Amino acid sequence: MERPHKKIRLIARLDVKDENLVKGIQLEGLRKLGDPNAFARRYYEEGIDELLYIDIVASLYNRNNLSNIVRRTVDEVYIPVCVGGGLRSVEDVRAILSMGADKAAVNTAAIKRPELITEIAEAFGSQCMVLSIQAKRSHSMPSGWEAYYDNGRAHSGYDVVEWARRGQQLGAGEILLTSVDCEGLQDGMDLDLIHAVTQAVTVPVICGGGVGCGDDIVDAARAGADAVACAAVLHYGKETVQELKEEIREGGVEVRA
Amino acid sequence: MKVTVIDYGLSNLLSVCHALEHCGAEVLLTSRPQDVLASQALVLPGVGAFRDGMAGLERLGLIDPIRRKAGEGTPLLGICLGMQMLFDESEEFGVHKGLGLIPGRVVRIPDTDADGSPQRVPHISWQKLIPAEHLDQETGFAGTALAGVRPGQECYFIHSYEAKPGAEEYRLADTVYGGRRICAAARCGSVLGVQFHPEKSGPVGLEILRSFAQFTNG
Repeated sequence: MERPHKKIRLIARLDVKDENLVKGIQLEGLRKLGDPNAFARRYYEEGIDELLYIDIVASLYNRNNLSNIVRRTVDEVYIPVCVGGGLRSVEDVRAILSMGADKAAVNTAAIKRPELITEIAEAFGSQCMVLSIQAKRSHSMPSGWEAYYDNGRAHSGYDVVEWARRGQQLGAGEILLTSVDCEGLQDGMDLDLIHAVTQAVTVPVICGGGVGCGDDIVDAARAGADAVACAAVLHYGKETVQELKEEIREGGVEVRA
Repeated sequence: MKVTVIDYGLSNLLSVCHALEHCGAEVLLTSRPQDVLASQALVLPGVGAFRDGMAGLERLGLIDPIRRKAGEGTPLLGICLGMQMLFDESEEFGVHKGLGLIPGRVVRIPDTDADGSPQRVPHISWQKLIPAEHLDQETGFAGTALAGVRPGQECYFIHSYEAKPGAEEYRLADTVYGGRRICAAARCGSVLGVQFHPEKSGPVGLEILRSFAQFTNG
């Protein structure tokens, strides 16, 4: 059987604050962009493979406020939806899954209490439990990256590669890896980071932070990414989903039609 | 077009119900054996572990009603874990008995590909549906709920275990992962199981649900 090219999933990341789609640079300096459901619907119609909603201020309020948005999304969008931000317990995850989300991305609460990863995986299956890691370059960590939380503001003391490996052992079925250094700059992804983490685990890794064009996604796929999350490049209308996918295919990487 | 969706306490049921309603079906979501017995068409959805899924069906007294309906020829669609539970048994967290409606068993996806290189598990990807090897490669889906799918169209898969039907005749569609064929859809009589999520597979998946609901109508 002929070996296919590497296939990648293209994911639109929608950061939400107070019911608005927002976008910042390096997770700071947020700009309001509009109704997240309108963006979600457009990306679905353009052929995006998956949606990722992050409640970007949830950790301030200690709860995820995306229920209504997710509920409205699944009324009209028939692709996988992952939700993160402020999910602290099995009950929080149950609530968001019951609104129609397929997966839950957990960062802060997992850093504070890693057993939560196992609890969520046991309750809903590993495929629902996405470990979100915000990675920042750091000379003091063996791998060269430290895991952050609270939108890249608080550092955990965890080495990113070690944390990814441990997260998998604890039951995470997927990893969402965001480079805080590259996030929002649209100037290419941290390929060394992608390589280091994808080599260290056997679960799929969604990589985000820095996508400015289709070639950045091709580079990420070659570095080992299984899926790439894009935000600014889509939200600002720089490229459509189909334009990005065309560039990905031209770069020799397979992507859904 | 009445479709009864079985709620056994595990899954994201909202998405399945929404997608079926979008396709014009009248949906009843239920955990009650009498509703299952009165159904015209059944959907067994599911995400999570096999053991927990079967335990949920058992606890609610749904195993016999589902078997009885399948035996009577009521259309039954199993999705993802719901598809896997249609088989005889699974090796997920020890060997557990399934519904036994399609001969075969459920095994873990190998952690190496056909060339022996490591491959990702869970398998999370949009993958092409192709007719099983014993079927015509152009028209193999005709007469089934997959009739509206052109071979090569893609659906969304997310799973760590795969079904191995007991004989070729039960295989309807395959997909290729890591250079190996994985069973994407299996059938036996009026029972159909799909490993992918039609409710999460965009227009292609909706077409499958629409066909299932219409097919059901006779």
